[in-house]
Amino acid sequence: MRAILALAALRRHGPRTVLAVLGVAVAAAMLLCMVMLSAGLRESFRELLLARGFQLRLSPRGTLPFDTEATIPGASAIARELRALPDVVVVSTVLGGQLHVERGEGSVTAFALGVDPAAQGDYELLSGRDALASDALVVNDAFLAATGARVGDTLEVAAGYNPQLRSYSGERRLVVSGRARFLYLSAEQSAGALPIATLQTMTGRARDDEASLFMVRLKEGADVEAARRWIQANILRVDAISTAEAMQRVDERLSYFRQLGFILGAVSLIVGFLLVTTIVTVSVNERVGEIAVMRAMGVSRMHVVQQILLEGLVMSMAGAVIGLGLGLVTARYLDAILSAFPGLPAAIDFFLFQPRSAWTALGLLVAVGIAAGIYPSWRAATLPIATALHEEAVA
Amino acid sequence: MTPLLGARNLRRDYRLGRGGEVVHAVRGVSLDVERGEYLAIVGPSGSGKSSLLNLLGAIDTPDGGELSIAGRRIEGMSDRELTSFRLRNIGFVFQRFYLLPVLSARENVELPMAEAGIPRAERRARASELLRYVGLERRERHRPTQLSGGEQQRVAIARALANGPALLLADEPTGELDARTGEEIIALFERLNADGTTLIVVTHDEDLASAARRVVHMKDGAIVHQEVSRVRAGNDDAGAVSSRE
Repeated sequence: MRAILALAALRRHGPRTVLAVLGVAVAAAMLLCMVMLSAGLRESFRELLLARGFQLRLSPRGTLPFDTEATIPGASAIARELRALPDVVVVSTVLGGQLHVERGEGSVTAFALGVDPAAQGDYELLSGRDALASDALVVNDAFLAATGARVGDTLEVAAGYNPQLRSYSGERRLVVSGRARFLYLSAEQSAGALPIATLQTMTGRARDDEASLFMVRLKEGADVEAARRWIQANILRVDAISTAEAMQRVDERLSYFRQLGFILGAVSLIVGFLLVTTIVTVSVNERVGEIAVMRAMGVSRMHVVQQILLEGLVMSMAGAVIGLGLGLVTARYLDAILSAFPGLPAAIDFFLFQPRSAWTALGLLVAVGIAAGIYPSWRAATLPIATALHEEAVA
Repeated sequence: MTPLLGARNLRRDYRLGRGGEVVHAVRGVSLDVERGEYLAIVGPSGSGKSSLLNLLGAIDTPDGGELSIAGRRIEGMSDRELTSFRLRNIGFVFQRFYLLPVLSARENVELPMAEAGIPRAERRARASELLRYVGLERRERHRPTQLSGGEQQRVAIARALANGPALLLADEPTGELDARTGEEIIALFERLNADGTTLIVVTHDEDLASAARRVVHMKDGAIVHQEVSRVRAGNDDAGAVSSRE
């Protein structure tokens, strides 16, 4: 009976209820977006870092991976030392650089990765062959579009370019052997990968056998932190960072995103709370006589409270269900806008839908729906019956 | 024999606004009502009739005095106890009907039974029976807005009877009805009383008051005069035995 009464009370002022539900839906959509935003960047970074299963990254001491142009000399010796560790399964040595391809009067500049194709964790081959041969080059679609090249073409490629002298250095003929998607680069950034030895030779870094980064994959169940500590203590030219630590640094850098999400989410919850409280309070005020008569007849305070709480809850839940759909559409739209920001890896999502996000938003809205009904239900339950009836009769 | 309702020196004061004048709405009223009695409380506006009825119906708390209904002492009961007591022992009929507009006539009558935990089938059957009793068997599914004033008041009476109360209280039950419809309600009250229901009615309506077995006159919050009608005793030569308080 209480559910019937609660629903009937909402139906009695249908247009008002619908408008309130839509208001809650907008607040719910905003809340979901904020919950998705606060988790989205972090989760997609985490997925990106774990995509190829490397748990440790080694960069020149005092730097973060690819934060500077600093390199680590003696790369082969370090790789050997790492492979000798009992828990290490794969070591991927990477050298960063640039490639210049002359095109008409200008040139196309692309990001270059010197890798060991058998152990690399930087790209996924989409078509063609991997860069196994010393003159092979795997490139992305942006590179192909910018240079007009196709898989199988041979290109004159340079590793250096002096704009004042307009001269190239480290030139080499390379064959485009395959098409790939680079995991850590934006889709619009031209990029290519070639054997590390080839890039070292082209850039003049072969003499000192330089590398920019090592990525290390450990056995399943291995103690990542113990391995990191050993490397940090024994290989003095590198800083080792684990995925967990990288995530911690990402968390620090993204803290303002989370704060923004928290504040806007809280604002949307407060707006939803005030909206539902106002509507239910107005509804209670309109029904003072009815409520007083129900109490006079013997309807308990608890049942009056339950009925009013149910009204707020139904309104919040209806708004939440509509709002979740609306939030997903809005998040997708916003994600498309933000993901187009230059320089971001294509795999990064700002808004990541996780069932947990939806449940979190739904749980918060349920709590708000109940909280919103507390004041009006308390007001209804504590009406002085005789006074309320007298005032109604006089009115 | 113990009366169904016994009030001793009941008092109720209201303060007009914070720190304002104190109005003595009910001043030391004592009253006994026997089972099966039909009592009318009359008096000018502001004489304390409705305030007294609220106290007798346990929807307001006296500032002094004692009240017992059906052998239970009312003062000192918690809100929960009072609510439960009203549910099972007292029926209310108000001037403005106060039916829930979102429920049908039958659902309105079912409401107190649902609160009392009576199973759906049983309360539905009893609601239909009560609506038949008040002559509204064809209006079960009608909403209050689809009923006339007299029909709404009859639904309200059926609702008041839902849990078989020991006492039925009515505050100006014909106040919003035209003369002919008012007569129908008066006739219904007489039938209810004849069937054993104890009635206390607050009214300005002389016809309604004259139908009662006993009439209590109030002025300035106190009972000033009572009269017992002989018509109700089955005597056609209408007359009254008066007493002054």
